[in-house]
Amino acid sequence: MDREVPPVPELKVAVPSSMQSGEGGGAIPAMFAATQYLDEEERILKPAEPALFRLSNVNFWYGHKRALADVGLEIPVNKVTALIGPSGCGKSTLIRCLNRMNDLIPGVRVEGLVEYREQDIYAPKIDPVEVRRRIGMVFQKPNPFPKSIYDNVAFGARVNGYKGNMRELVQQSLRQAALLDEVQGDLRKSGLALSGGQQQRLCIARALAVQPDVILMDEPCSALDPIATLKIEDLIRELVKEFTIVIVTHNMQQAARVSDYTAFMLADETGAGSLIEYGHTQEIFTNPKDKRTEDYITGRFG
Amino acid sequence: MLTRAEFEDPNLLALALRRRPLRRSGEFVIVGLLTLCAAISLLTTALITYVLVSEAATFFQEVSFREFFLDTEWQPLFKPVSFGIWELVAGTANVVFWSMVMALPLGLATAIYLSEYAAPRTRRLLKPMLEALAGVPTVVFAYFAINVITLEVLMPALETVGVDLPVFNSFAASLMLAVMILPTIASISEDAMASVPRDLREAAYGLGSTRLEVAWRVVVPAALSGIVASVLLAIARVVGETMIVAIAAGSTPNLTLSPFETIQTMTGFMLQVGLGDARRGTTDYQSLFAVGMMLFMITLLFNVAATLLVRRFREEYE
Amino acid sequence: MAAVRAHVSLRATGAVARRQFVSRVSRYVLLAASLVGIIVLAYLTYDTLNTGASRLSWDFLNSYPSRFAERAGLRSSILGSAWVMGVTVLLAFPVAIGTAIWIEEFAPKNWLVTAVKLNLANLAGVPSIIYGILGLTIFVRFADLGPSIMAGALTLALMIIPMTVIAAEEAIKQVPQSIRDASLAVGATHWQTVRSHVLPEAMPGIMTGIILAISRAAGETAALIMIGAFTFIAFDNTSVKDDFTTVPIQIYNWTIRPSQQGFQVNASAAIIVLMGAVLTLNLLAALIRERFRRE
Repeated sequence: MDREVPPVPELKVAVPSSMQSGEGGGAIPAMFAATQYLDEEERILKPAEPALFRLSNVNFWYGHKRALADVGLEIPVNKVTALIGPSGCGKSTLIRCLNRMNDLIPGVRVEGLVEYREQDIYAPKIDPVEVRRRIGMVFQKPNPFPKSIYDNVAFGARVNGYKGNMRELVQQSLRQAALLDEVQGDLRKSGLALSGGQQQRLCIARALAVQPDVILMDEPCSALDPIATLKIEDLIRELVKEFTIVIVTHNMQQAARVSDYTAFMLADETGAGSLIEYGHTQEIFTNPKDKRTEDYITGRFG
Repeated sequence: MLTRAEFEDPNLLALALRRRPLRRSGEFVIVGLLTLCAAISLLTTALITYVLVSEAATFFQEVSFREFFLDTEWQPLFKPVSFGIWELVAGTANVVFWSMVMALPLGLATAIYLSEYAAPRTRRLLKPMLEALAGVPTVVFAYFAINVITLEVLMPALETVGVDLPVFNSFAASLMLAVMILPTIASISEDAMASVPRDLREAAYGLGSTRLEVAWRVVVPAALSGIVASVLLAIARVVGETMIVAIAAGSTPNLTLSPFETIQTMTGFMLQVGLGDARRGTTDYQSLFAVGMMLFMITLLFNVAATLLVRRFREEYE
Repeated sequence: MAAVRAHVSLRATGAVARRQFVSRVSRYVLLAASLVGIIVLAYLTYDTLNTGASRLSWDFLNSYPSRFAERAGLRSSILGSAWVMGVTVLLAFPVAIGTAIWIEEFAPKNWLVTAVKLNLANLAGVPSIIYGILGLTIFVRFADLGPSIMAGALTLALMIIPMTVIAAEEAIKQVPQSIRDASLAVGATHWQTVRSHVLPEAMPGIMTGIILAISRAAGETAALIMIGAFTFIAFDNTSVKDDFTTVPIQIYNWTIRPSQQGFQVNASAAIIVLMGAVLTLNLLAALIRERFRRE
C-alpha cells in the first residue's frame, strides 16, 4: 500500500489557529475544541488530517425527491469516520455516493463534487468498476454468496483477474478479517453455514481480498448480536491501521467506540438530508456545537 | 342473527345457539361438494393410469417387453410388424435435443436481459410480447414449420448449396418447438433470477464487478435450480407436443439424431393411430397405449423433477 | 489541509476497460437474443396476413368445408369450437373453483392436501394427447358418447381444470387475511366468509386464469383428434350429442393437404381467425389483471 501519510496518533489533533472554542466549551480541553472548521467559501466541513475524500455541494435525487442537500465534507485518510443521524437522514445515501453504488438504482442523480484522491469520481471518463474495486463496501445484512467460504473471498480477486497466489490471498484476507482461526480447514463449507457475525466478517474478508484503499460500512452490525458486534468493532479498530474506513451507524455508542470523526446528519421537512455537524468524535459527543446534535446524542429525539 | 329477546332471555339464547349446528350441517354439504371437486383431480390421475396400464397390458400380451425395449425397429402398420420403441424415443429425443440447442441460449439470454439489464419500461414492453408467444396454438406453429420454415426458407436455401432437405424434417419442427418453449424458459428463469436477493448483486458490484459479471457469476449460479427447473418443464412440453412434430417432422420412424431427416416421435405415432381407423383390440391400435404409457412416464419424470427443484429453490430464498 | 494525492487512475484501463467493454456489448447481444422469438412471431404474423387476409370474407366464415379450396369455409368449425368451448367452461369452471376453495380454505392440513396439490401440478404437465386417449377410452368408448361435443368438452375440461385450479388458488391466496378475520369476527361462518368476501375479492384473478385456460383449450388440436373429431361436418351443431369439428382441426386438415390445391390459403385465413380469438382472450385476461392489480 502506498500512502504518504503516517498514521496520526489518536486524539492528537491539530487545531487550526482560525478556530475559536465554541460557547460553553470551558470544560472541554482546548485540544478537542476545534477539530472542525467550515471553509466559508466552499462550505466544506474539514478535519485536520489530509483528506482522502472531499465532497462539496453534493445533492442527490431519487427521481424528483431530493435525498441529500448541499453536503460538503472531507473524510480523512486512515481514520474511521462515522455517519450518524436518525433514520432517513441520508447517511446510507451519502455513503453509497462514495463508491457509486447509487448508480445501480434507476432514476437517481448526483450533483456537486465527490472527489477521491483529488479526482471527481462522477466525471465522465471515470469507470464505476474501477471506483468500486478501490473503494470496498460492507453491507447492512451479511450477504455472502451461496458459495464456499473460499469462493466468497476469492470472488472479487477472480473477477479482477488476480494473478498471484489465490490460496494465500484468501488466507491472508480471512486472517485480516479475524476469521481465519474459526474457519481454518473448513474453507469448502458454504458461507451461508456460518453464524451472522462470522458471515459479516466473511463479507469483510471478501472486500479486503480485492485489496481496496477504503472500506465503506453501511450499518455493518445492525443485524448482529452484541458479542458479534463487539468483534466487528475490534476488527474495525484493527483495520483502520491500514485502511480508511467510513461507517454508517444508528448506534451512537458504536460511533463513539470505533470512530475518530463523526458526522451528524439530519433530514429537513422535505426529507432531504444535510450535514449538521462534523468533527472529532469525542468533541461531537461531549461538546456538540449544534443544539440538534445535542438533542440527538442525548436521546431527546430520533 | 340473534334477536334482542334471544340475547336477554337465557332460555331463548340457548335455543338460538342450537340453530348453529343446523346451519353447520348445510355447510357440511357444501364442504362435501368442494371435497368432491378436489377428488375429481385425483380421479383423473387414477383414470389415466388405469386406462394406460390396462390397455397396455393387452398390448404386452401380444408383444413381449423384450421386443418392445430391445428391438430397434418400429413398424406396426406393415408386415412384418415390429414394435421396438427406440425409434420413436429417438425421434422424440431428436426434437428435444435440437429445440433445446436453440431455445436454451435464447431463453436464458432473454431471462438475463429482462432481469438484469432491461429498464422497467423495456420490460413492460417485452414481457407481454413473450407471453403472446406462449399463447399461440401449436397447430399454428405446425403450419409455419412446414409451410414457411421448410418450404419457403430452408429448402430453397439448402438447394443452392446442393443439400436435399426432405419436406418433413426434424429441423423445422425443432425450430418451432424452440419458439414455443422460449417463453417457458425465459419467464421461469427470470422469476428465479428476480428472487435472487438484491444484496448479492450489491455485494458483487461493491467488489468491482461489471454488470455481465454480476449476472453470469452471481445471479445465474444463485438461480440455477430455478433455471434447471425451467428447462425440465420445457423438455416435458416438447416431449408431449404433438401437432408440430406430427405435421412437420414426418411419420417415418428413424433411429437418428440428425436434424435433416424425416422422423417420427412418440406423439406423432399416437396421432397417426388416432387419425387412422385401426380397430380396438388389434395390436397396432393397442400399441397406442404402450407408447402413451412411455410418454406419460417420461413427462411425469421431468415434471416431478422440475417441481422438486422449484420447491428447493423457494426454500433457499424465502 | 492538503488532500491525499492521486496515486491511482480511476479511468478504465487495461483489464477493466476490456471487461467493461464486454459487459457493455453484452447488453446488445442479450437484447438481440431476447428479440429473436418476437421477430419470428412478427415474421410469421406478416406471412400469414400476407397469404390469408385476402381469403377472409363473410363467405369464408359462413361456408361448410368442401373438396374445393375456394368454396370451403369455417362455418361448422367455428360453431363446433363455440359449442365445445361453452360446454367445457360450464363443466370445468365450478369444479376448478370448488377444488381451489377446498384446497385453500377447507382442506385439513395433512398429507391429503399435499397429495392433491402435487397431483394437480403434475396433471397440468400431462401432454394433451394423453387426455385425448383418456377421452377416447372413457368418454367416447366406455360411456358410449361417441366423438360428440359432450365427449370433447369432458376431455378438454379435464385438461384445463388443473391449470385453472392453480390460477384460482393463487388468487384466493392473495386475499388478505384481514378480510377473512373481519367477516369471521362479526359471526359469519367459514363458508359465508368465503362466499361473500373471499370469492368476490379473488374473482378477477380467477377470471384471468379461466380465460387463459379457455384460450389454451380453443387452440387444442391433438386431444380432439384423438377422440375422433377429425371429421367432415357440413351441418350446424344443435346439441351436445352432435359430432363436431373445430377451427384448429380445420387448420390441421387444410395444412396437410398437398400444397398445390390452394388449401394453404384457407389455412392461413383460418389461422388469422383463430389467432384473433386467442389474442383477444389473452388481451382480456391481461386487462382484467391490470384493472384489479393489488398493490
